[in-house]
Amino acid sequence: MAMATAHPQPSSEVRAPARWQDFLQLLKPRVMSLVVFTAVTGLVCASRPVNPILAAVAVLCIAVGAGASAALNMWYDADIDAKMRRTRGRPVPAGRVQGADALTLGVVLSLFSVMLMGMALNWLAAGLLAFTILFYAVVYTVWLKRSTPQNIVIGGLAGALPPVIGWAAATGTTPLNAWLLCAIIFMWTPPHFWSLSLYASEDYARAGVPMMPVVAGAASTRRQILIYSLLFVPLCVAPAFTGLGGAAYLAVSALGGLVFLALAVRLARSHAGESADPRTDDHGLYGVRAGAKDARNLFAFSILYLTLLFATLLVEHIAGWRPLELVSLEAFR
Amino acid sequence: MSDPAAESDVEKKARRGRNIALALGLFLFVILVFVVTIVRLGGNVANRTF
Repeated sequence: MAMATAHPQPSSEVRAPARWQDFLQLLKPRVMSLVVFTAVTGLVCASRPVNPILAAVAVLCIAVGAGASAALNMWYDADIDAKMRRTRGRPVPAGRVQGADALTLGVVLSLFSVMLMGMALNWLAAGLLAFTILFYAVVYTVWLKRSTPQNIVIGGLAGALPPVIGWAAATGTTPLNAWLLCAIIFMWTPPHFWSLSLYASEDYARAGVPMMPVVAGAASTRRQILIYSLLFVPLCVAPAFTGLGGAAYLAVSALGGLVFLALAVRLARSHAGESADPRTDDHGLYGVRAGAKDARNLFAFSILYLTLLFATLLVEHIAGWRPLELVSLEAFR
Repeated sequence: MSDPAAESDVEKKARRGRNIALALGLFLFVILVFVVTIVRLGGNVANRTF
């Protein structure tokens, strides 16, 4: 397989026999669970009755598609992963799984998930799923990640699309409200990942990944996090005005948004990411170096906030609570 | 491809685990396609023209 050797692999020798759990790890199950959560929210918010078996198949296809793109990412990025503390134990850089096997798993699962989505639900959802996998594996992994500090900004589209795929699977359409959910995750990605990279920047620098703190410096990164947060929070409140969210959503998004902004302002005024000291190089990813606490706080809260937003939408739609009719925007439905 | 006869017990166990996982995956996929076909076509399975 020519492609399997096109990219340098850190380990040509397999040290331990691959167990099935190693192949499961290639699919990044934790990321997969987040994708499932947002996809289910899109599917439920579409408010169109779908056969529960077909709905489960749609979610399974999205989960497997996400896992496939993760396997393709781990195949291509094995050289980078081997240089970073956080990722050096992954199956390919650790030598437990050969690169060609990871590539094969990714390609096969991609094809199966897209074909099944098309046959079981509709081809719009299948096309969006195929686009998401290709965007993550090719545009983000192969091109953006190694070439620009805007990698996670543009690449974030792949992580933002699952609610749109879920919506399309249920209705065969993608109205503006579906894209609003996509926009929320898209705008969430830069503050989330950049606050993480502020306290893991040596890892990225060592691997030669041009993350924002490595290229533009910590101060610029903190400023950009604040700018993205100022755009992100109003976007989170918007569903309460487009017939998607109800009173509970308005409360959660507004209050959580204020906390998010406060943490972003505090981070912008801190010195997080500047105290790189090689003597403290052994701290874990979530171990906090002095001065980086503000970055970790925003990183942790960003996960909680996004989870709360989508969970509130889910609960409101499952419980049948009426969305607010503050402004009637028919075009969004 | 390694010689199965020269495999250690650990390697044999890992291979067996991989084979079982693959077999289960394929079996579930077949069941899934069958169920999806029934759900989508329902009683219309018999109403096709030849």
